[in-house]
Amino acid sequence: MNAPTSPPSPYSSAIGKSNVESHTLSVLVDNEPGVLARVVGLFSGRGYNIESLTVAEVAHAEHLSRITIVTSGTPEAIEQIGHQLERLVPVHKVIDLTLVGGAIERELAMVKVQGKGENRVEALRLADAFRARVIDATTQSFVFELTGRSDKIDQFIELMRPIGLVDVSRTGVAAIARGAAAP
Amino acid sequence: MSKQMSGAEMVVEALKDQGVRTLFGYPGGAVLPIYDALFQQDFVKHVLVRHEQGAAHAAEGFARSSGKTGVLLVTSGPGATNAITGLTDALMDSIPLVCITGQVPTHLIGSDAFQECDTVGITRHCTKHNYLVRRIEDLPRILHEAFYVASSGRPGPVVIDIPKDVQFAVGTYSAPRNNQHKSYRPQLKGDAGRIAQAMTMMTKAKRPVFYTGGGVINSGPAASTLLRELAALTGFPVTSTLMGLGAFPASNKQWLGMLGMHGTFEANNAMHDCDLMVCIGARFDDRITGRLDAFAPGSKKIHIDIDPSSINKNVKVDLGIIGDVGHVLEDMVRLWRTQSLEANKSALKAWWTQIDIWRARNSLGFRGSEKTIKPQYAIQRLYELTKDRETYITTEVGQHQMWAAQHYHFEEPNRWMTSGGLGTMGYGLPAAIGAQLAHPKALVIDIAGEASIQMCIQEMSTALQYRLPVKIFILNNEYMGMVRQWQELLHGGRYSESYSEALPDFVKLAEAYGGVGIRCSDPAQLDAAIQEMIDSPKAVIFDCLVDKMENCLPMIPSGKAHNEMILPDMDAQMGSVIDEKGKMLV
Repeated sequence: MNAPTSPPSPYSSAIGKSNVESHTLSVLVDNEPGVLARVVGLFSGRGYNIESLTVAEVAHAEHLSRITIVTSGTPEAIEQIGHQLERLVPVHKVIDLTLVGGAIERELAMVKVQGKGENRVEALRLADAFRARVIDATTQSFVFELTGRSDKIDQFIELMRPIGLVDVSRTGVAAIARGAAAP
Repeated sequence: MSKQMSGAEMVVEALKDQGVRTLFGYPGGAVLPIYDALFQQDFVKHVLVRHEQGAAHAAEGFARSSGKTGVLLVTSGPGATNAITGLTDALMDSIPLVCITGQVPTHLIGSDAFQECDTVGITRHCTKHNYLVRRIEDLPRILHEAFYVASSGRPGPVVIDIPKDVQFAVGTYSAPRNNQHKSYRPQLKGDAGRIAQAMTMMTKAKRPVFYTGGGVINSGPAASTLLRELAALTGFPVTSTLMGLGAFPASNKQWLGMLGMHGTFEANNAMHDCDLMVCIGARFDDRITGRLDAFAPGSKKIHIDIDPSSINKNVKVDLGIIGDVGHVLEDMVRLWRTQSLEANKSALKAWWTQIDIWRARNSLGFRGSEKTIKPQYAIQRLYELTKDRETYITTEVGQHQMWAAQHYHFEEPNRWMTSGGLGTMGYGLPAAIGAQLAHPKALVIDIAGEASIQMCIQEMSTALQYRLPVKIFILNNEYMGMVRQWQELLHGGRYSESYSEALPDFVKLAEAYGGVGIRCSDPAQLDAAIQEMIDSPKAVIFDCLVDKMENCLPMIPSGKAHNEMILPDMDAQMGSVIDEKGKMLV
């Protein structure tokens, strides 16, 4: 009867455990002052992780914004994060796109590369392979724009590093569920 | 009906429309227009506190004892920051408050103006919701919305920050129309399928226990009645958290007493050995669960809560029912009756036999004395001499609070006001003032410690100004007793800074404020002295000099399980009961 079978709290199990997962949460909120601070403050105050966060208005007439957050934790912690977000008064809906499954995730990055001669050619060749576009060029540099999944962008940046990577700007992940319906 | 008026007048008009008759507050530059509007009416009674923390706790005491929303009005900057402790306290204990703060005019916001602070920024983390009103057009809606948000779902504090220019601006006021919020709509009815499943689990249970909490009180008096009905129908034992005391009558034979760190032996062992735990409006707080991986190991758990985030937060449960406790209990009582459900009576009989064995340990027992007043004895006498009146008890935080919870017995909800979640010293006196204003004819007693009472002692002045006959019953052991007890437990009895040096003469202090002071150190004279306090028509400070070294027992040492309690008759070596891991906990 004394066997400790009861699973511990998400707070005690969140650290150093192998079952940490990355989830993408789509949070529909009222576009009002302070709403982003509420969401971000919730994460910092309760010790949750933010791996990426994007926010923009998605329905002007209804004053709705969508915040897309990539977070990581145990499944229990992720469930708790969803409920804590739902407690915020301006939050309309929280969708765990990773649980829904098959969501499309995209990120946009702008990558500045400096170099001459053979390096310039190599940079353009790789950009072509990744379907990145040149959006600025000087005789010594390019700025590439590319969109894709985060791992694709990571890979592109790693390839550019030895060629002459100068700077990177990324938007963070935006995501949406597949199919006809809004989840 | 809509009318043209200034922002300040809208505030007062909205308070009237919300039925607010008592407002706690303290004026200042940024709320002067609202104070001017208050001056010109007599529907809303303003109660002037002596510190904004007092306003917040008084509003809490008012709310907790009446079931209404507590309201306070404070100025910008220090007015708002002083109220923060009370707001956080209300958030932790789910008390509905609306706090109106003044703000510097909109064109000065962000300029580090005099008495400016980022009130919405600072209070974002210690309120359920908050608003900065930048336009007069938004003010009427926000005022009414704030009352809706504060009182619906899991209640909590809401701040409305109103810049001074918005208070002067003229706009159109309209009365509240519909309470539907566009995004905030807490679920009240529990899922029928899940409730049915819960009933099946309850009929099969062999060792069940009801673990109830402050949610039953927050749900309203009907929920307490339904809890009593369900307990009577099922025959299950009932225990409660600190916040839930009074929801179930202490005189009922199914009552096990409070559970948790300073709960009874029978309540904690019933929690540990149960096979079905029905948690009703409680949140598996660390004071309740003790060591999590040894918490009620062989049990199935049902959790009823209006806040979905409470379910599976600290403890994974088998069946979560989201909904208002009152609604769910109503469904449960109805189902139990209409389907003529039966508990497993033979198993229950054996379970009660076991519980009676635990009860026989008399875990609240203590060694009496003829020379010194034992603090437990003082509470027992206070209870015996006040139980037949309409009595409301508030407390400060520490040993006296736990002794009050253990030895004062509650029959009704809303009679017990204490700072449970945040553990705020200084809560009790202002809370008593709030409770007394809500119940002018009742006997309101703040059970205090000599250290805690000094944190908001200035509110004595408020009590005298409004002729509130609150009684402050100080268990004076000349120590921050709970700190001293933990230093004994964890730090080799090195009582670092926990001795109450240079105490005031509380009798003279009471007299200086214009109240009555009583001192007692002799157990033989205690009853007469308490009676004198009760009979006094004025505010009283009762300085009860008690045993200085008494520890608050029983106790689950931190890091231990429910069945590893220290009992008063064990004579345990206090310094060696907590291991290294436990020392890390609070």
